[in-house]
Amino acid sequence: MLELNNITKIFNAGTVDETTLFDNFSFKVNKGEFVAVIGSNGSGKTTLLNLACGTIRPESGTVIFGGNDITRLPEHKRAKYIGRVLQDPRMGTCGNLTITENMALADNKNRSFGLGAGVSKKRIEYYKTLLEACGMGLENRMNVPVGNLSGGQRQAIALIIASMTDIDLLVLDEHTAALDPKSSETLMEITDKIVKEKNLTTLMVTHNLRFAVEYGSRMVMMHEGKCVLDINGEEKKNAKVDELLKIFNQISIEVGN
Amino acid sequence: MDILMNVCRVTLEEGLMYALLAIGVYITYSILDFPDLSVDGTMPMGAIVTAVLILNGVDPWICLPIIFILGMICGAVTGLLHVKLGIRPLLCGIIIYTAMLSVNLVILFKGNGGKTVASFFRKPTIFNSGIANIFPEDWRIVIVSLILVIVCKIFMDFYLKTKSGLLLRATGDNEKYVTMLARDPGHTKILGLAIGNGFSALSGCVIAQQKGSADQQMGVGMVVLGLASVIIGLSIFKNVKFMKPTTMVILGSILYKACLSAALALNLPTEYLKLLMAVLFTIALVFSEKFGGKKTKKGGSENA
Repeated sequence: MLELNNITKIFNAGTVDETTLFDNFSFKVNKGEFVAVIGSNGSGKTTLLNLACGTIRPESGTVIFGGNDITRLPEHKRAKYIGRVLQDPRMGTCGNLTITENMALADNKNRSFGLGAGVSKKRIEYYKTLLEACGMGLENRMNVPVGNLSGGQRQAIALIIASMTDIDLLVLDEHTAALDPKSSETLMEITDKIVKEKNLTTLMVTHNLRFAVEYGSRMVMMHEGKCVLDINGEEKKNAKVDELLKIFNQISIEVGN
Repeated sequence: MDILMNVCRVTLEEGLMYALLAIGVYITYSILDFPDLSVDGTMPMGAIVTAVLILNGVDPWICLPIIFILGMICGAVTGLLHVKLGIRPLLCGIIIYTAMLSVNLVILFKGNGGKTVASFFRKPTIFNSGIANIFPEDWRIVIVSLILVIVCKIFMDFYLKTKSGLLLRATGDNEKYVTMLARDPGHTKILGLAIGNGFSALSGCVIAQQKGSADQQMGVGMVVLGLASVIIGLSIFKNVKFMKPTTMVILGSILYKACLSAALALNLPTEYLKLLMAVLFTIALVFSEKFGGKKTKKGGSENA
């Protein structure tokens, strides 16, 4: 599905702050997998996602997606196949537009944005059923600007929007990190439901070790641009937060959550 | 009484003609969040090209769509500078404004036999030909401008509800979101700047036809005028339910002109006019900051 082959990524090239994050790094996500990526700050988790989504480009190496080389494909073109939820709740939706308008825009993804009516009345019921599934009562507030909603609500909408059209890969970039514990718990449950329902291949970065243990079919721990742990199947099922913490402490770094 | 009536009429005339400019600035500044200085160049371009066209016998009504399209082209160039070459918004505006100073003069000299002011007092304009003749003479300018403004407003209200319009609003709000919708936000920005400058050129076209002349000087202070109208309109009427932002902006333009007319009626010497414009703009800005004119983009924690 997604392959990163022999990637080299250097930040601040040519300055005193030059840092090589990835040196000949390879990573693969198979179809149907739900990969949880953990690791300390600066370990390359988010860079991994940015490389996959096209936000940044590698110095060398290739990014293969569904058999095609997309290394040079700009971000917005990759977005056709990739749905993404970012850490900042303000980034996944438009604050000045209403819930309906946000969803109508997402509904029209991959089609032309011409002079047809922006919001199709027929689709509103469908949007409502999607929102009902998260149990936040958002279906009754369709005409409220999204900017008036809480972070958790915005992230839930962002998640629904990202997975609304047919996508091949869902990318979650610490999407629960900016929320309070209860909201992030709820959002994680909704995430799991959507991923299972749609059988989405998912790449999730999280600072929450428990989420990484409880959710997903595969877990990857990154450190200084390398995968130091990559488990799936039974091994993943038996993984414990305590053990992970131990490994984390062995490589002696700060733990986010 | 007559004098008061006269002042009101002139205020309405000017307010409505400049409302077209305000609609343009509303698109670039409020919707796209792009402070576009090229307006100072595209507005007199609209005026000058109109003068040249009319002097060459082009129908004044046909001038309107021609000027709108020319304005759109200038706006698109501003957008291209920003999107394709990565130049910052303010600088793009300054570049286009500076370039237009020459472009406008070249058009003016070529089309007007080397004079710096193009006059066409005796030629037909939208205010004295065709449909305009059915209206009472004193109120012709007000009525024709009003019709034009309403048509443009309805067009914009319609456009902002289309898919393309929604995408434009999304671009100004959150570019990342547009990228995630598999669209290049740059294209939408270029389109928005094109429409905005189309309106600004159109207002130049209408103002020139009302004055019966056009020159380079007309563009001075247009950005401030447009911005002030937008900010005054949006902040004063923001709590009025069911009023569309386009209406607010039009009313803002009329109010702004009313302040200026009032000052002139109270015998303010005309050389102080631009100073007064700047002062009014400052007051409008402070007022809108204090009382929250621009919508906050933060999430409301009260709903958490």
